[in-house]
Amino acid sequence: MEIIKTENLTKYYGKSRGIIDVNLSIEKGECFGFIGPNGAGKSTAIRLLLGLLSPTSGSAYIFGKDITKEKENILREIGYLPSEVMFYSGMKVKDIVKLSADLRGNDCGKEAKKICERLDLDTSKKVDELSFGNRKKVAIVCALQSNPSLIILDEPTGGLDPLMQKEFFDIIRERNQQGATIFLSSHILSEVQRNCTKAAIISEGEIIAFDSVEALGKSNTKRISVYGRVDLTNLDGIKDIQEHNNISSFLYNGDMNNLLYRLSNGDVADLTISEPSLEEVFLHYYEKGGDL
Amino acid sequence: MIIVRHELRRGRIPFIVWTSVIGALLAVCILLYSEMKLELAGMQDMFSSMGGFASAFGIDRLNFGTLTGYYAMECGNIWGLGGAFYAALCAIGVLSKEEKDKTAEFLLTHPISRVRVITEKLSAVFIQIVMMNIIIFAISLVSITVVGEGILWKELGLLHLAYFILQIELASICFGISAFMRKGSIGSGLGIATLMYFVNMISNITEKADFLKYITPFAYCDGADIVTSGHLEWSLVAIGLAAAVICVFIAYFKYSRKDIH
Repeated sequence: MEIIKTENLTKYYGKSRGIIDVNLSIEKGECFGFIGPNGAGKSTAIRLLLGLLSPTSGSAYIFGKDITKEKENILREIGYLPSEVMFYSGMKVKDIVKLSADLRGNDCGKEAKKICERLDLDTSKKVDELSFGNRKKVAIVCALQSNPSLIILDEPTGGLDPLMQKEFFDIIRERNQQGATIFLSSHILSEVQRNCTKAAIISEGEIIAFDSVEALGKSNTKRISVYGRVDLTNLDGIKDIQEHNNISSFLYNGDMNNLLYRLSNGDVADLTISEPSLEEVFLHYYEKGGDL
Repeated sequence: MIIVRHELRRGRIPFIVWTSVIGALLAVCILLYSEMKLELAGMQDMFSSMGGFASAFGIDRLNFGTLTGYYAMECGNIWGLGGAFYAALCAIGVLSKEEKDKTAEFLLTHPISRVRVITEKLSAVFIQIVMMNIIIFAISLVSITVVGEGILWKELGLLHLAYFILQIELASICFGISAFMRKGSIGSGLGIATLMYFVNMISNITEKADFLKYITPFAYCDGADIVTSGHLEWSLVAIGLAAAVICVFIAYFKYSRKDIH
């Protein structure tokens, strides 16, 4: 069953581009990564899905329901963690968490308490006194306390220390194992690579790649590291070359025979050939004319 | 009613401050009446001969020797302006402050419709106005009793009813404007209330500007007219209430479709 489906979803802010013809399909139980640099259109896409923005054209369905017509029913099943967390000034953490539960019409006290304990969150403090990281924890509690079947996370780990990041992703993995679908928007590729099964890369408002994380990482391009001396000048298909202390590391998508010929004529002590990281793939997609 | 409760809690301190200040000023003003009534009665002829200036405030037609005349002028200005400012301030930011403070994302990603948000926020504004009116009316009654004057229920009731309708109209206009705004709006609220007050003064000064009475809600709150005629000018009230309904409708129309950035 498709939990999220967008068809040519487009948003313009006046003449400025938001997103253009975005087509996504996310199945139930998937952990989906949405990758892109700042300003690429990630937040616009999320805001459209949540009904905060109206699409200029195209359509989007969540749980098979049209986001422009059944927003209220859709939001009942969504837990959303925004990138920039703001709460009502002067309120205590427990009041914010209670307000969020009341707005959902649920009694989430037990679940909220459990998450607060795991995130080591003091609920008696006023939100104005909290650091950015602690405010993020409050938002996590608000997003997860009702056990939503779709969890939308926009740059979720900003402000969280590494231990809390780990705890947070442990909770998310547990929810995913319990059947929740996860939509993780991030520019931290290792987060997506570690946690997601499928991902889309968005650039300047358009989806430029959409596949499983494994497939996105796999390509004709290899990361080659040579320990020793090799003449690599004018070798076609070589990119991102880094030379340091007799070690040459580069991305290669040219003819393998040419590379082996050069290596055999050099003085090679050791050689590693590996798949490029998602980070390298991501950077590559943003190079002009990049083609893996 | 969750949003109503939330809004009332958020507006608690401004409500207490405004109600206390207006109530205290009103009480002091009434308590001063017994000392001032003889002096004011003697000044009636002077006010009547002051021409445009006196007309602007309606003091040429009021008898300051009576509590009703004194109340319509002195207390009317305090409650009229104070109540108008509070109503405008209360309504002008109620929708836009969510975007200004970036809490709209929190509120509107919960399973509640925009129509419900608008309805509950407007209800919260009206509840605060009603509560303030009840308290101020009670303070007036107690203060009048304390100075030993009889309560002229009809005149007092009409004056307070007029100010209540004025506050509802101004709040509705500001609520409609709030639906369009994204940033700070306090200046706009105060500006609208002040502008309406001065428009009424201009309309009182010259007959050439008489048409302005159809624009400003202060026109049907003119204490001199209410006290001397013994009724409100219902045609003006109807225009004001129609404007209020239109502005509320615009707020629903705009905010239901508004992009929240």
